[in-house]
Amino acid sequence: MMTVDRDQIFADLRQRLEAFNKAGLTLTEATDIAADLSIDSVAVMDLIMEIEDKYDISIPMNALSEMRTIGDLVQAIVASVEGT
Amino acid sequence: MDLFDKFDGVAELHAEIAAAGEFPFGLCMERVLSATEAIVGGRKVILAGTNNYLGLTFDPECVAAAAAAVREHGTGTTGSRVANGTYAGHLELSRDLAAFLGRRAAIVFTTGYQAVLGALSGLAGPDDVILLDADAHASMYDGCRLSGATVIRFRHNDPADLDRRLKRLDNPHSNKLIVVEGLYSMLGDRAPLAEIAEVKRRHNAYLMVDEAHSLGIYGENRRGVAEAAGVEADVDFVVGTFSKSLGAIGGFCASDHPKFEFLQFGTRAYMFTASLSPSNVASVTAALEKIRTTPALTEQLWKNARHLHDGLGRLGFDLCADVGPVVAVKMPDRETAVEMWNRLLQAGVYVNLAIPPGTPGGLALLRCSLSAGHGETQIAQIIDAFARADADMRSGPQRAAGTGD
Repeated sequence: MMTVDRDQIFADLRQRLEAFNKAGLTLTEATDIAADLSIDSVAVMDLIMEIEDKYDISIPMNALSEMRTIGDLVQAIVASVEGT
Repeated sequence: MDLFDKFDGVAELHAEIAAAGEFPFGLCMERVLSATEAIVGGRKVILAGTNNYLGLTFDPECVAAAAAAVREHGTGTTGSRVANGTYAGHLELSRDLAAFLGRRAAIVFTTGYQAVLGALSGLAGPDDVILLDADAHASMYDGCRLSGATVIRFRHNDPADLDRRLKRLDNPHSNKLIVVEGLYSMLGDRAPLAEIAEVKRRHNAYLMVDEAHSLGIYGENRRGVAEAAGVEADVDFVVGTFSKSLGAIGGFCASDHPKFEFLQFGTRAYMFTASLSPSNVASVTAALEKIRTTPALTEQLWKNARHLHDGLGRLGFDLCADVGPVVAVKMPDRETAVEMWNRLLQAGVYVNLAIPPGTPGGLALLRCSLSAGHGETQIAQIIDAFARADADMRSGPQRAAGTGD
């Protein structure tokens, strides 16, 4: 089992999502990815692919519907990394 | 709060596009004159964006077969294939399709969308994994979602990426289904099926190929891109449509799997919809026979494709793929694409306007599709319309930003 730094994952995601932060919000774990950011579903899926490659994990598309916030995504990455 | 609030973004986009000229999404074909001509806005236009690849929509034999069938069998079946909607014609078409594709069996669906949706949702379930090409058609995305399978998206046309994602899966014992298209409809690029088949074999996965835009066009027997690539034996499921080269509507899934027929009783997109109307079955059966016996149609399509591809390439347009039945022209941005689309229509040429999110990579495209029914003069007129529209936009007062290079 691998352990990961949750804060580091959040920082990574925040940096990746800043490109879609047209409203200039302060991104936190509570930020709703679809509602608060100017990002379409294809861009979200492309972002997931990059995350899968960076952390060498699988985040299935069908799990995406349960992820609303940046925190949800952080949690999914942590769980997946630690599960491998 | 209103249910329709979610359409506000679409409404805004549509208003902008409508303000620039004709509205492209639902343009009225007031009268269709042939496979390659229609009356639009009271004027005759050349159709260069209809997916009518072999021009069979007005083929006298297909039309006669459809007319005879509607008189003999009525306008519709009014029922599902698993109830009263299986006529002799449906079974004959399934057998003809299987024979044409060299498969043990084929199942006929009422639309191409339903064929893909029905095949994926019926074949894969919650214990299975689907590996989906990122640029796959919406019907594939929807079928994946409906299946309940674990869905992993891989980079478009990238066998190494597919391989990596397969390796990463934590349960090596679940069934794995790789889902790709033969020819991708928006850019007109082909899947590297030989390489994908190699990955498939190595991971002991199943492979589904959608030949919607390649049936009747690729391969010695015109069975599609898998035949052209010599990997049909590696394709476990071939899906396709009747609404492109076969000139009607409907779809199919074909396979050699010994239990394949059971799919009919495990897929709701097949069971809970009325079967194809008899006239539709008859014209598709006739069109399939035409494809089988008339390779000259396909040769003419390729000749036309080369003509348009060369012509637009010579004018300096940025084309998205090699010569093929789809010639997609890359535009610098949406506004330029919309303006160019309007200018082409004014010049008497209809092409498809394709903009994000319906296109990969945020591209704005003018998508042309060729037909065997196009004459040499028509292709020359299409090229000329592109040349003039481009020249006018470069010099005219409406010159949009980003058209220069």
